[in-house]
Amino acid sequence: MTIPPLLMGHPLASKEHASYALLTMSRIRKFEEAVEDLFGRGMMHGTMHLSIGQEASPAGVCMALNLNDQITSTHRGHGHCIAKGANLMRMVAELLGKENGYCGGRGGSMHIADVETGNLGANGIVGGGIPIAVGAALSSQLMNKGTVAVSFFGDGAMNEGAFHEAANLAAVWKLPVIFICENNGYGMSSSTELAFKLDKLSDRGLGYGIPGVTVDGNDVAAVYEATEAAVARAKAGEGPTLLEFVTYRWKGHSRSDKNLYRTKEEIDEWKTKDPILHFEHVIKERGLLNDEEIAEQHRLAQEQVIGAVNEAMKGKPADPAGLLDSVFKKVSA
Amino acid sequence: MSDRKLTMSEALREAMAIALEERPEVFILGEDIGIYGGAFGVTGDLYHRFGKERVRDTPISELGIVGTAVGAALSGMRPIVEIQFSDFTAQAMDQIVNQAAKIHFMVGGGLHVPLVLRAASGSGTGAAGQHSQSLEGWFANVPGLKVVMPSSPYEAKGLLLAAIDDPNPVIFMEHKLLYKVAGTEDVPEGAYRIPLGVSRVVREGKDLTVVATGIMVSRVLAAAAELDKEGIALTLIDPRTISPLDMDPVYESLEKTGRLMVVQEAPEHGGFINEVIAKVVTSQSMGHLIAPVARLAGMNVPIPYAPQLEKAAVPQVDDIIKKAREVVANWR
Repeated sequence: MTIPPLLMGHPLASKEHASYALLTMSRIRKFEEAVEDLFGRGMMHGTMHLSIGQEASPAGVCMALNLNDQITSTHRGHGHCIAKGANLMRMVAELLGKENGYCGGRGGSMHIADVETGNLGANGIVGGGIPIAVGAALSSQLMNKGTVAVSFFGDGAMNEGAFHEAANLAAVWKLPVIFICENNGYGMSSSTELAFKLDKLSDRGLGYGIPGVTVDGNDVAAVYEATEAAVARAKAGEGPTLLEFVTYRWKGHSRSDKNLYRTKEEIDEWKTKDPILHFEHVIKERGLLNDEEIAEQHRLAQEQVIGAVNEAMKGKPADPAGLLDSVFKKVSA
Repeated sequence: MSDRKLTMSEALREAMAIALEERPEVFILGEDIGIYGGAFGVTGDLYHRFGKERVRDTPISELGIVGTAVGAALSGMRPIVEIQFSDFTAQAMDQIVNQAAKIHFMVGGGLHVPLVLRAASGSGTGAAGQHSQSLEGWFANVPGLKVVMPSSPYEAKGLLLAAIDDPNPVIFMEHKLLYKVAGTEDVPEGAYRIPLGVSRVVREGKDLTVVATGIMVSRVLAAAAELDKEGIALTLIDPRTISPLDMDPVYESLEKTGRLMVVQEAPEHGGFINEVIAKVVTSQSMGHLIAPVARLAGMNVPIPYAPQLEKAAVPQVDDIIKKAREVVANWR
């Protein structure tokens, strides 16, 4: 299975960039469809949170980041992980509870981290990763690394104290961090109408003295452009930016969700705003990729995901014998 | 060497200064630790010696402070967080318990969190229920955290340097009544480390084994001096770290004394001392006991305000003397 090297730059900059952006979104979608299927067939346990419909955000953001730029992610984090460059086989293996999974079966879907790609980890606590990204940015500032830290979180996290404290600290210290709110309309079942008295969640930036920008989160090019501007600001030492990407999750919050809080019409309406279809339309119109080339990206993505699943299935189940030795990092002599 | 009888504040400050000099990745962050010098004066002049970047004043945001330290620790730094009163760790609990403690384990070992969280703990200052608690037991119950309770200036300096070296999150509980008291032992000027997870036998005696932590170590020592006059000789063991917990010296001592007394300031119910008792009675050591185990702990009440109430709520020297006499007299 070949993993394409990370490619930076505008998703519409070239045929190569357009292919890469499409492939990334398709890999996220097909990965999540595959694990949902495994889940439905009883081959995966626990729970998982799917980001189908939200693929433009991780794909567009990560095209504005270097490999050594860091991210913190959320419970709905498969897309961030994949877009930052994670190995699909090790992700599936983790979800299957295998020893060769990213976390050796100790974390599952909500705790995948990948040091090599600057991914400080998904997080099971809403808002938990936001202060951690601020700390990564402080480390960058103190050590003059020239890197940025990005914290992905949902609309729900913006009402956590962690967001408030982290945003303020980052603002007063002018840290190179970007706060990315993927506003998918719901914190589990609570709509943003119930949870906020704001039209644009990015208006919260004003309260911290930092810019807040809202863009169409299903437009991978718009996501890239907003992130790229925030990265430039961060690297210039001007401090953090709050970005709001308006999007929608097609699937329920998690496996227990019966979608009682929203209508089928609303879900169908958002499916017409599919970020992948939207991007295909744009790149065809611009003559960057034709139908065949588009189909090829999806075929590649499918091949990679199937390869990852088949390979992961062969892994050894995680062994309880190693548990106690995994709690602390050994003190070196 | 001339006498170096430091207070615990001074010893802790020396340890931090050594770490700041030795390692560029060490920095301190917390509320009022800069120009103010810390609510209890522990950071003192470090701000002037090492600058505002490395001795970093923060807004009043305990969750944000600890979370920022976690992120920095994951990214090559070695932060020391000062939480003004250990009670305020409640504000930061998610980052301590759900993040710092678990990241190394949950992600399969690829990340680790070299973080020290220093907090002023304990009662005796008339600050009442939200500024006087002994919360070490909370943290000892969370796999992934090490919990240190220094009992003297000498111990504090060596343990803090070891805690800063440790690649894991360490909760360092400093009893605030010890801050301003000069120790009885000289504190070496340079660096020395006391490994985490090794109990100390503070004194030896044939009649009774006492396990005590933090400030209770000095109270037990004061009690022991009185009891010596009565012909009751006690062994005192200071675990230093309640997680990990080194029980071997306790087992060894019980072979000689046959009597166990455990002392802590924290409330009795669910407290750390119960773990010591459980380990003894579920081990071979049980066979050496010739008396019921004696337990002396804080009352199961919030720390009260009025001085006589506050003293009554936690073990004092006289309480220790009385209890020790009972154990030895009733079980000859």
